[in-house]
This record gives sequence, C-alpha cells and structure tokens, in this order.
Amino acid sequence: MSTANTVAVTAGPRRGWKSASTWVGAVIVGIAVICAVAAPMLVPHDPFAQDLGKRLLVPFWMEGTDPAHILGTDQLGRDYLSRLIWGCRISIFIGVTVTIVSALIGITLGVLGGFMGGWVDDVVLFAVTTRLSIPVVLVALAVVGLLGSSLNLLVITLGLLLWDRFAVVARSTTMQVRNLDFVAAAWCAGCSRFHILAREVLPNIASHLVVVATLEVALAILLEAALSFLGLGVPPPLPSWGLMIAEAKDYMFFSPWVIVIPGVALFLLVLGINLLGDGLRDQFGASADR
Amino acid sequence: MTALLEVEALEVGFAGGTAAVRGASLTVERGETHCLVGESGCGKSVTALAMMNLLARGARRSAGKLAFDGVDLLPLSDSAMSRLRGDRMAMIFQEPMTSLNPAYTVGSQMTEVLRRHRKVPQRMAVDRAADLLARVGITAPGMRLGQFPHQLSGGLRQRVMIAMALMCDPQLLIADEPTTALDVTVQAQILRLLATLQRDLGLGMLLITHDLGIVARVATRVSVMYAGEVVESAATAQLFANPRHPYTQGLLRSVPVPGKQRRDEPLGSIPGTVPRIGAGFAGCAFRERCEFADETCAQTIPRRSASPGHDYLCRLPA
Amino acid sequence: MSTATPAIEVKAVRKTFRVKGGTFGTDRHVVAVDDVSFAVPAGGVLGVVGESGCGKSTLARLILGLLEPSSGEIAVEGQRIADMDRRARARLIQPVFQDPFSSLNPLARVRDIVAMPLRAQGNIDRAEVTRRVDEMLARVGLPGEMGQRLPTELSGGQRQRVAIARALVLRPRIVVCDEPTSALDVSVQAQILNLLSELRRELGLTYLFISHNLAVVEHVAAEVAVMYLGRIVERGETDALFRKPEHPYTRALLASVLTPEPGLGVPDVGLGDILPDPANIPPGCRFHPRCPIAEPRCAVETPPLKPRPGGGVECLLAP
Repeated sequence: MSTANTVAVTAGPRRGWKSASTWVGAVIVGIAVICAVAAPMLVPHDPFAQDLGKRLLVPFWMEGTDPAHILGTDQLGRDYLSRLIWGCRISIFIGVTVTIVSALIGITLGVLGGFMGGWVDDVVLFAVTTRLSIPVVLVALAVVGLLGSSLNLLVITLGLLLWDRFAVVARSTTMQVRNLDFVAAAWCAGCSRFHILAREVLPNIASHLVVVATLEVALAILLEAALSFLGLGVPPPLPSWGLMIAEAKDYMFFSPWVIVIPGVALFLLVLGINLLGDGLRDQFGASADR
Repeated sequence: MTALLEVEALEVGFAGGTAAVRGASLTVERGETHCLVGESGCGKSVTALAMMNLLARGARRSAGKLAFDGVDLLPLSDSAMSRLRGDRMAMIFQEPMTSLNPAYTVGSQMTEVLRRHRKVPQRMAVDRAADLLARVGITAPGMRLGQFPHQLSGGLRQRVMIAMALMCDPQLLIADEPTTALDVTVQAQILRLLATLQRDLGLGMLLITHDLGIVARVATRVSVMYAGEVVESAATAQLFANPRHPYTQGLLRSVPVPGKQRRDEPLGSIPGTVPRIGAGFAGCAFRERCEFADETCAQTIPRRSASPGHDYLCRLPA
Repeated sequence: MSTATPAIEVKAVRKTFRVKGGTFGTDRHVVAVDDVSFAVPAGGVLGVVGESGCGKSTLARLILGLLEPSSGEIAVEGQRIADMDRRARARLIQPVFQDPFSSLNPLARVRDIVAMPLRAQGNIDRAEVTRRVDEMLARVGLPGEMGQRLPTELSGGQRQRVAIARALVLRPRIVVCDEPTSALDVSVQAQILNLLSELRRELGLTYLFISHNLAVVEHVAAEVAVMYLGRIVERGETDALFRKPEHPYTRALLASVLTPEPGLGVPDVGLGDILPDPANIPPGCRFHPRCPIAEPRCAVETPPLKPRPGGGVECLLAP
C-alpha cells in the first residue's frame, strides 16, 4: 500500500465460528450432551434414592452445606446434582427424539409438496395450515390426560405436533432448488425422481434444515418442561427439570435453590442451543451464497 | 481547467488479503465519456465504489490522488462525502430492480434525492421529477411518479434510475454496467439517451462495462483493466486502431463481429484464466497467458507511451 | 433438399401457462409459445434469437422434455418425445444451460456430475463409467485432477466445460444450448464457442443454439429463427437473413448490435417504449405496436407465413 491517506475501515461484526456467542452456545450444548450421554457414570449419587434424614440440605455456596451433596438435596433427600444431571439426560433425550420424529414427518411432507407441486402441494399446505390451527399444549395435555403419561407417549405426541417448521422450510427451499438448472440437467440426464430428491435436492437444503433442527430441539425441551411442570409430561419419579420446578414450588420461599437451580439450568440449555443455532445459521448462510 | 475527476494510483484491498485494485489511474473531463472496460474480477466496479467511498466494511482504500473538480476526496468524512454523492456526483447501477426501493413510489424516491441536498418545497421537487422523467423519454410522467418499481419494465426502471441520478444536476455520472441486464434493443435506446443527456447537460461520464461494442460506440477515452490494474489507456479510436497491450489485443480478437469472420474459423481467444492476485505480487499479471512473455515480465513493468494520450503497461516497445 | 429424418421436428407446438390471479384477480393465460413449427436437419445448427418474453427458453425446455406442450408434437430423430422413456430420450438429446453457477450441483464433485447421466442409464458398469468420464473430461480440456474438485473451486469457463462434458458423455445426437456463453467473459466465451464447434464437427452433433447475442449466433449457426412473443417471425439462412432482413423486428435487432467499430455512434433502433408482454398479446400482427412501418391493417389481420428459401417471414408488408 503506497502513500498517505490510507483509510482503514473496521471489519464488520464477527459471525459464525468467529463469534464468541456461538462458542458459548457450543460449550453449553457440549456440556449438556456429555451429561446426557455419560449420566450414569457422572452422577455422584443415585438420583432416585431418597434419604428423608437429609432433606433440603443447602448447596455449596450457603452455610451448613454437606460436602457429599454439592447442590444440596430436595424435599425427599435426593441429591440435587444427580437429579440435575439426570434431568439433563431426559431433556436432551426428549429434545433429540422429538426433533427426529418431527423432522422425518416435516421434511418428507415439505420436500414432496415443494417438488411435486400441484395437488400434492395443496394437500401439504392444507396439512400445515391444519397443524398450525391446533393449540399444541392443549392437545398434548389432552392426550396425556387421557392416555396417561409416559416418556414414549410424550415423544410421539410432541413429534406429531412439532413438524410444521420443518415442513415449511423444507418446502420453500425445495421450491427454490427445484428451479435451478442442475435439477433440470439431472432430469434430462434420465435420473429417477428418487435420485433427484435424495442426491440433488436434499443435500442442498440440508444446511437450512439443520438450523431448524437446533431450534426445534430447544422448543421441544421447553415444551416438555412446561408439560412436566403441569404434571402431564414426564411421569415422576423421573427428574425432568420441569417436574423438579413443580415439586419445588412449595418450598420456594424457604429453600429457594430448589426452584432456582433447575430453572437456571433450563434457561442456560435453551440459550446455549439458540446461540449455537444462530451461529450455524450465520455460518451456513454465508456459505450458501456461493 | 481542472479535470472533473482525477484518480492516481488507487489501491483497494479486502480483508483476507485480496488486492482488488492495484494502482488504477484515470481522468474524466467535463463533457467526456470515459469507459472503464474489463472482464469480471478485474476491479472495475470496485474502482467506482472506491471513488464514491461506498466500499463494504473491511475494505482498505488508498490513492496518490483522488480529486473531484479540484476537491480532494480522500480526507473527506462520511457525512461530507454523502453531501457530494447524489448531488454533484451521481451513480447508477446494473440491476434497476435492486437499486430502486420496492416499497416506495418512484416519485417519493426521486423527490427524496432532491430534498436531501437542497432546501426546496415538495411541490418544486415533484415538478422537477416529472420534468426529468419526460427528459428521459418516459411518457405520462405524472402517472409514473405514483407507480411502484415492480410496475415498470427493466428499460423503464433504468430510465427512472437515470432521471433520479440527474435530480440535483450532477457534474459527474458514474454508470456501472447500466445496460447489461437489459434487452439488446432497449440497450441501444438507453445508450442514446445517455449520450443526448451528456451533450445537453455537459456531464462528465464514467461508464463501466465489459462490452467492447459499447465502448467503441460511446466512449471518448478508454481504460482497459486487468487483474486490478489499468493496462492500457487511450482515446477510443486509437485503442481500436492500434492496441498495444497483448491483453487488449487478445480481447479485441475474441469478439465476434458479424460479417468479419468465417463460420468454421475459430474465434481468437485468450488461453488460461485470470489469476488471483494476493499481496506482494510483482510483475505483469498477464504473463501466464501472454504469447510474448519472457523472464523480465516478472519484474516491475514500465508504463510506456505509444503516442500522446495513449499509454500501456508492458515491456514491449510501442 | 435432403429427405433424411430431421434431427428435431417441431409441429404446431403451443404452450400456455396459467398464472393464478389469487383470491381477487382472475387467472391470466400467458401464451409463451404460439403455434411454432420448424425442423432442424441432422448435423445442422439452428440459432434462435429473441429478447425477453419471446419464448425461446420455453421452446428449449419443451424440446428437452422438461415441459409438455399444451398442443402440437415434438419429434427427435423421428420419434415423438412424448412417447419416449426418459432414459432413451437422454441418449438422444441433452442440454447446456446458461448459468454456469446454477447448472452444476454445488455439493457434487466434478467426476460425479459428469458420471450422472451414465449412472442413470443403469446398465453401464463402473469401470466403463470411469473410462468414459475420464475421456470426456480430457475432450473438453479439463485436466484429470479437476475431477475431484467441487464446482465452487472452478471458474465460470471451467464450469461450463463440465456442463458440456456432462451433456456429451452419453453421446447424444442433439444438444440444446440455452445461452451457453451469455454469462461468461468475452475471452472465455470465445474458448467455449470454439470448443462447441470442434465437438460438433468431431461427434457429428446437431445444435439448437439459443442466444440473444446476434454476433455469436451469426458465427455459430448456419440457419437462424427470430422469435417474438412466442412466434417465429422470420427464419432462414443466417447469411442471407442478416444481410437482408425482411421483418421489421429482425431489422431492429440487427440495428441494435453494437459492433466494436469506433466512430459509428449508437444507432436509433426506432422501436417505441412499449414493453412486450406475453400475457397481453396484441391483436393482428403481434409486433404492430412497436413497428416503425405499421399500417392500420396490421392491428387487425394476422400475418401469414410467406415462404422464403430456407424458411419464411411473417409480415403483412413483406412481398
């Protein structure tokens, strides 16, 4: 660069993997996944073991703490840290399985509707509109109320209710990709419809769907927590964070940590997933423009 | 009389080390059309954006001289520059669909330009807008003022862009590929319009294009850009009659001219592709593709003069 | 006059699109291609020129089988394409599209892109596929190691070569080129045009070459058809047509070509400002609102096709 008058303009906001918030999100999600996968090995105590002699022990930052229970115990003497970690396992399990079920339904519908157009698309749009008119929480409550709560039922119910965003995004991205020349070239080359959908269309919409998936995981986790809080989600004694919050309601003013700890954990996990999802979207969004 | 626009040794670099412009110099006089011609990636659009200080964040610009009508542009603040832009220096772009805001009517966008720079009542601004629409050949200008961009065809939108650029009576018009996105018959009309306006208003025009046909028919002077440098600069007739730089020669050979070559004869072409230039590149950027290249081409290349007003960047003698 | 089966035969083909008007508007009918007929002899090159809205891209897609005609018939080497199975059609006719960026799957490697038509046939073994891909890549001037690259790593010209390799790997008889060089730089355009000409001679191909650039069409095609708002308004041998165009639209198109010859200024093409809209085709001669020599009867009578050697012209005022 030669002579005077060099105008250095500062770089723009850092995006994608360069952004600090993405890394924060990734770390949080990483910790949660490790807790979920390795929970049986990580828990210091059995999360279901009650010890009525050690009820409501305080966590490590308060006076009179018991070093065997870092985060204290709940009203039935169960170790809180163990329940927290096990609860993380449940949250992640629900989040991932519900997202898988809803992805399978939503992506299939969206891709078929977007690619075939015509009456198929009309049917898909009708299905999406119908699904959007259904109040998710009420239906989930009704199903669980009628059929009893179990983990599997919860997963299936939520999976059947949360596929709409997948369908809409899959449909619109498929419609965009379908008009590109390389799809026309594949058609002219004699490729079967299945090959075109699987090898030409799907890989090119995958990045958008991954972003939707991360957001759906967060949504599923929050929804499960809400349902469990209302008593119609994960059945006790499974330590779902929502259930822990519900059980802690009665002790809120005397032993506030019992309600704060799972609340903060839930907040951090959902925040982490959203930050990671934002970062992924920025990353893929940038590379999607050639 | 000072030239309208003077640029010397302009350099633009982007984050990541790419040197988009490596020493461009040109001059635009009043009433003259200077064409900046080159293929994709040569840096011609970046040069125009750098002159108007419209580069994206993360870009670095420097120049030996950058002056508009005697005013030094380099130290100007953003606000001082935005007072000049749209007022005495105007720019029109390639894609009229994305250059016009689809949410506002044509009339409101045009009057906004004038009222931003001059204190005039709305009534006067509207009158001037209608005036200019008529000037650029749009019938029923009153009705057009109330329309939205999507209601107009590509050719009409480009005329609106031109009218909008003229709202404040600029001295310099920079046009970046103004007709590339238009049909061939519309292109001729728009170019004729620009030539007429220039004559009537005494505008200086910097026209950026990749089309040598446009250059031949419209330009007073031509600067040919390759890989971020101006490799040849001359009056139009001179350039076409006596191109000195091997790239210019190759370019002229590649253009099919109706009636000039036989159908089974291959077109002249330039082998290879444009190299990516990083920082610290020395010598001639064209040497990998040039039939006359030798080892001295890897060293600093002299700027030679073929005749007064015609210079080129090559070791080959005139 | 050759009586051999023409490579492409288009008979009275019409294509209408229905554009939905939404909840409040009425449906509009856009006639993109209106009763077009022509034949391209084997080994020939027909250039199709026209501006936006003329229907040339729709015509290309109809001939490739990407769209079905609303009426009329298209035959390729004597067989109706509507009757043909897609794999058989793939062996006869292939496309090269305009945009080198969107005509290749950005996530597929070059080798796989070129191999795709071979694999789609389903009956070619892997060794043969590899051999033919290698052969084709070399033929279009791409070094072997390019096969492993992704399209994003290639330049526009290189991508277009990949598109050509993909089109020719099945050894089709006919290639439909839809503006194959319009998105390329001038120097690269020349390379690709030369490559296309060489390959045509070597492999005995027939080309349907669509372009808005008359200079390119003149260089490439022995016969040319000029389209306007869905019809072919003039057709004939390129040299004769360009030297003495009869239809006023052809004349305007030729007049607007800016050759790189300084000192001639920009010609006055003489057309009005009216936009050609395929949804609102003018009555009578569809060109009359913009025609510099239109007479009152042009707004009422539809011009018949007046035959000329090698084609014809549709103008009421032509002799």
